Amino acid sequence: MTRVHDMGGRFGDGPVSPEGEDAPVFAEDWHARALAVTLACGALGQWNIDTSRHARERLSPKDYTRFSYYEKWISGLADLLVEKGVLTRDDLEGKGAAGLHALAERALKAENVAAALAKGGPADRAGGPAPLFHPGQAVRTRIPGDNTLVAGGHTRLPQYAVGAQGYILRLHGTHVLPDSSAHGLGEAPEPLYAVRFHASTLWAHAEHPEDEVVLDLWQSYLEPL
Amino acid sequence: MPHDHPDHPHALLPPDPALRVKALETILTEKGLIDPAALEEIIDTYQNRIGPQNGARVVARAWSDPDFRAALLADADPVLADLGYYGRQGEHMVVVENTLQQHNMVVCTLCSCYPWPLLGIPPGWYKSDAYRARAVREPRKVLAEFGVTLPPETAVRVWDSTAEVRYLVLPMRPEGTESLGEDQLAALVTRDSMIGTGLAKVPS
Repeated sequence: MTRVHDMGGRFGDGPVSPEGEDAPVFAEDWHARALAVTLACGALGQWNIDTSRHARERLSPKDYTRFSYYEKWISGLADLLVEKGVLTRDDLEGKGAAGLHALAERALKAENVAAALAKGGPADRAGGPAPLFHPGQAVRTRIPGDNTLVAGGHTRLPQYAVGAQGYILRLHGTHVLPDSSAHGLGEAPEPLYAVRFHASTLWAHAEHPEDEVVLDLWQSYLEPL
Repeated sequence: MPHDHPDHPHALLPPDPALRVKALETILTEKGLIDPAALEEIIDTYQNRIGPQNGARVVARAWSDPDFRAALLADADPVLADLGYYGRQGEHMVVVENTLQQHNMVVCTLCSCYPWPLLGIPPGWYKSDAYRARAVREPRKVLAEFGVTLPPETAVRVWDSTAEVRYLVLPMRPEGTESLGEDQLAALVTRDSMIGTGLAKVPS
């Protein structure tokens, strides 16, 4: 089964309400603070991007649905800080120990921000299994589609594309597998492909016979046809 | 283990989101785990320095320089790195070109993946449940909500950003812009046209 964040294709959300191009980058000051605190904590090196995504996905469906975007970020961050032992529950309640933390020397300094953002965090890796598929080849996404390594674990195969036939569009290279990386099970890099699906294979009422959806999918998500 | 918590630690922080952020920021600052000056630097970067103006420069150059366009579409990463547009959330870029036959549109149904070095922080609608849920199933109805209607001969290809690859749409160059230079062209390139929910502006 899936989690609440896996909402592609869901019915009932109503219209999209685009704010204008000149709307502020951060609608509220605290949105900017939430983003900055989250990025700064990431620099402590206690987790990776897959871990932090999974922390937001593990919010209860009730919280995920009622929280605004940056509330999800800050709540996922608080949960992760406690889970990884950086903070204690007492700390969050204002009853924690005073003084500098053992990780304080790793704190991101202002003078290093530009370099850290410019450096990024590439996900491609050398090695890993050889590509099994070639562009144009027909494939099917595996059933069931949930994480095979960890029950209820992180995955990037959306439910709406599970068991669907598609065609390899391109090979992106060999990338870290989130299903493993999110759980401290190693990077387990695999070939990553862009796979195109006819909209009519995903939806009973596709809007147009020529429309397509493309997803980036790891080799172990795919089976040959 | 996925560690589902019956009592999530975040519930120990104040319920009001602004106060929740403030409380966490204060705790982390007191422990030396975050530097307030670094937070200001991060915010200034994404509020004032990195945004859709970067992507617009790339599009204007692609419209003006066929060799650049060909290189960008073939392998975007080295081309963008040369321009200084490599970085966080843009480590693996693919540029997809709109034509009369095919209109490209980008979404992240699972979270909010977006090419930060070229477009900055995603707008609220991109992160909304409605966009994430509907863009893959009924892109044409979503486009209509942005005021975009495509001709029936144009197929829609929606890119769901499920990995660390980030997509930038190269919109079609508007007619009547043959005499314009790159700066003038860049002014026609909207953020939404590079996500695929809009078209480039027509010069007035």
